[in-house]
Amino acid sequence: MGKSTLKDLLERTPLWQQFVAIALVGIAMFFSWDGFLRLPSDLIIPMKQWITQFFNWLGNDAAIGEYKFKQFTRSFALVLKQPLLWAEYFLYRGYRPLDLPPVPWITLILAGGIFGHWISGWRLALFTMGCMLYLAVFGLWRDSMRTLSIVVISVPFAVLIGLWLGIWVTRSKRAASIITPMFDLMQATPHMAYLVPVVILFGFGQVPAMIATVIFAMPPMARCTILGIQTVPPEIIESGQMSGCTPRQLLWKVQIPAGKRILMLGVNQVVMQTLAMAVIASLVGATGLGQKLLNSLQQLKLGAAVEQGLAIVLIAVVLDRLTQAYANRTNNYSPPEPNLMKRHKHLVAFGAMIVVTFILAWMFEEASVLPRSMTFTFGTQLDTAVRWFSANAYAYIQPVRDFLTLYVLLPVRNFFLIVPWPVVVLMVGAAGLRLGGKSVAIQCMSLVMMIVLFGFWVPAVLTVYLVFSAVIICIMIGVPIGIWASRSDRVATVVLGICDTLQTFPSFIYLIPVIMLLKVGDLSNIVAILAYATVPAIRYTYLGLKGVPTVTVEAAIANGCTPRQRLLKVELPLALPEIMLGINQTIMMALAMVAITALIGSRDLGQEIYRALPTADTGRGVLAGLAIAAIGIIADRLIQAWAAQRKKLLGVAS
Amino acid sequence: MKTKYILTAAAFALSSVCFTGVAFAEAESDEPIIIVQNNWTSQLVLSNVVGQLLESQGYTVEYVPSDSQLQFSAITNGDMHFQIEVWEGSMKTAFENAVEDGMIDAGTHEAVTREEWWIPNYVLDVCPEAGNWEGLNACADIFKTAETAPMGRFVGPPADWGKNYAGRIEALQMDFIAINVGQAATLWAELQSAYDREEPIVLFNWTPNFIESKFEGIFVDFPEPEAACFEDPSWGPNPDAVDDCGAPSSAWLKKAMWSGVAEEWPGAAQIMTNIDFNNAQIARAALLVDVDGMEPEDAAALWIEENQELVTAWLN
Repeated sequence: MGKSTLKDLLERTPLWQQFVAIALVGIAMFFSWDGFLRLPSDLIIPMKQWITQFFNWLGNDAAIGEYKFKQFTRSFALVLKQPLLWAEYFLYRGYRPLDLPPVPWITLILAGGIFGHWISGWRLALFTMGCMLYLAVFGLWRDSMRTLSIVVISVPFAVLIGLWLGIWVTRSKRAASIITPMFDLMQATPHMAYLVPVVILFGFGQVPAMIATVIFAMPPMARCTILGIQTVPPEIIESGQMSGCTPRQLLWKVQIPAGKRILMLGVNQVVMQTLAMAVIASLVGATGLGQKLLNSLQQLKLGAAVEQGLAIVLIAVVLDRLTQAYANRTNNYSPPEPNLMKRHKHLVAFGAMIVVTFILAWMFEEASVLPRSMTFTFGTQLDTAVRWFSANAYAYIQPVRDFLTLYVLLPVRNFFLIVPWPVVVLMVGAAGLRLGGKSVAIQCMSLVMMIVLFGFWVPAVLTVYLVFSAVIICIMIGVPIGIWASRSDRVATVVLGICDTLQTFPSFIYLIPVIMLLKVGDLSNIVAILAYATVPAIRYTYLGLKGVPTVTVEAAIANGCTPRQRLLKVELPLALPEIMLGINQTIMMALAMVAITALIGSRDLGQEIYRALPTADTGRGVLAGLAIAAIGIIADRLIQAWAAQRKKLLGVAS
Repeated sequence: MKTKYILTAAAFALSSVCFTGVAFAEAESDEPIIIVQNNWTSQLVLSNVVGQLLESQGYTVEYVPSDSQLQFSAITNGDMHFQIEVWEGSMKTAFENAVEDGMIDAGTHEAVTREEWWIPNYVLDVCPEAGNWEGLNACADIFKTAETAPMGRFVGPPADWGKNYAGRIEALQMDFIAINVGQAATLWAELQSAYDREEPIVLFNWTPNFIESKFEGIFVDFPEPEAACFEDPSWGPNPDAVDDCGAPSSAWLKKAMWSGVAEEWPGAAQIMTNIDFNNAQIARAALLVDVDGMEPEDAAALWIEENQELVTAWLN
């Protein structure tokens, strides 16, 4: 029987019959052999150990002749360290051998202001200075500068590597076939999984943290480069060729300037990802705001953690606004201002400011380093508020918690745990075949098989259970909010604003209040995931409904639909493919959060990754990370295939 | 753009004229000494104390955050140079392995440590005998939650901290289930929430630790361990099981140092070996941060000021 007839068979039999068949097979397997539930350990491929051994060998013994691989990675790290050191000298440390102090904080704030004014105007200047003032006044200056020095060095590296890889992909088909799927994989793998191999190869400290950051922040840049170059209109390229451009000139003088907007979007993404790594990078030795934030949480100083988290968000927002404004700057073609002073007014102001602030810093120590007595914090008030809330709300929340845990979550978990793995392989395969055809089916089935064979079945099932429960709740919350936002522009502004804040805020902070209210348990994990993963469900529902053509809506109204009918029979079905993409994103976010909610306590893949770090168990960390990526990719492939099929049916294929 | 950089650089150079730094004493190497920082309060303050003492002698110091297990390979490799708090209870194996690989054991503190089950004092109002494992077990019922019922819930440390509490519960035939958290902060969040509502809770805790300055409570006494406990089933309350005992009620606290320190900074190596804290001194250091709300750096400065005599003895 060929594959195509198998597909026909699947499509001809009613869905319920297929489910009954699968259930029967499952029950038969459940009673026949324990290995269907948990593969016996002698059948598991010891890939975990192999990878760990390989990395230990690479980190300790690998050598070409006398020259050890370790020496190579260490000298590589040493080279990377130099620019970082200079940024540190400049921003916060001062240069000890010459007794040079760091640049005074007032100088940096005013420099930010002048820079903001130069690229955009007063609004940006004031905004930049305001945010920087926050860092100083809340006593976070030094740590912010530590974080910033990693950011200012990582971002150029990530941008350059991303740009180069992106250009390479647009030029070579072979490169594209290797690099593109690698990026998919890298983006679906949780950040923490990168840390273990980095620590083995590069050790501990600022530089390894920087390397992990660059690896994580680079793919969006490469993607945007590919997109930017490929979407340059052919007319522009042809006119470039007609003017006699060499390929190199064509790239640098035509394609890249023409794709500048998209490239700058990539830079923006790099900045955001770099700051998103700030907290996680402190697990491998990065100092700065991320480290302080984790320490605050460790001491239950939630208020202090919020202030530090806000500082990370503000740095991200300022850098984002600055890069955006720089990208959107219009070229000034008016003749240059004849007066030299006026033409270079920003430069003049900058020079004057430097002189004045340095004299100030010399006269008053406060202008050089703000003493702690002049800073303040609202931390303790917030702590008291959270404790008051958890003490008072607990009585109402506990019954709900107990009910959900006992009668919903635990039964679902137990059910997930008794499903034999061959059943899952078959179901995923059948779904893949129906929705996307043979290649999707084979890809998804082999990913599941890999999880089984490498011995991650049970943690993977627990992960799927947590993510599945969280995603259901995300949809129940996110879709109605998205519908509500699509009905009113005012609501939309507020909701989308909250969404942005939720996503940039370091997710570690949510964990503590969640534990206080809900105790250690599956529900805490799920609620912590919700705070982060509901956002795409809201956003894509909103976008999907907004994207329904006005003609269609008007036709529905003309046909006498009630608002309810219009929503349920016309708008939602049309927006469904878009909403499904949102759910796809929600699944991705939830999977990413699993590694972080491991700090609460769980037995899933996130815990495997988190545990791999202190034990330096590379294989465990990397494979668990890849297993999470595999789950994400399976969900992604199936949903994308479904959405494409659906869009074709609805005639809205793009 | 280029001119701007030149200007900035000029300004940077200018500042050297404006400031005259403290004259540095003769130190052996200009390279910074890297001190490990972990994520609990006493360690943060003590590492700052060490750092400030070294700085007062003209050394350059840097602080690098690290995980409490991974730090040892970093110290062995010379990526980091000194760790002030090594705990027997949770780091013994990693520490001993690293010493085998060449890391230096820089001496034991006078302070002793303990890691054991712990209850807040208000639990004693409902269960007066809870300070002892048998008494605690008799009241297991008051610690139950929806998931663990009819057993009591014991909030345990992260799974990789080298504690086999599930094993001990089984060996002592206690009516408890150990729920392992992912990290220490989770323990404290659980404790804070229960403490505010005076809900009975029994959890993993250790001393010296900031918890004792914020929450009142006691450790639960288990049979004091002997080597026989782990080998001979007939030893201890359960004649048919090993592991039927607690953790040592006074365990060591050590210091760890990179083997190259003595060569690069012989003076610093001597100071680090001299340094020795006792329990009261550590508790005081943690209290300055956790109760008085100071930053670790400031707390360390104040601590040095309060203990001038002791510090001078270390420095000579």
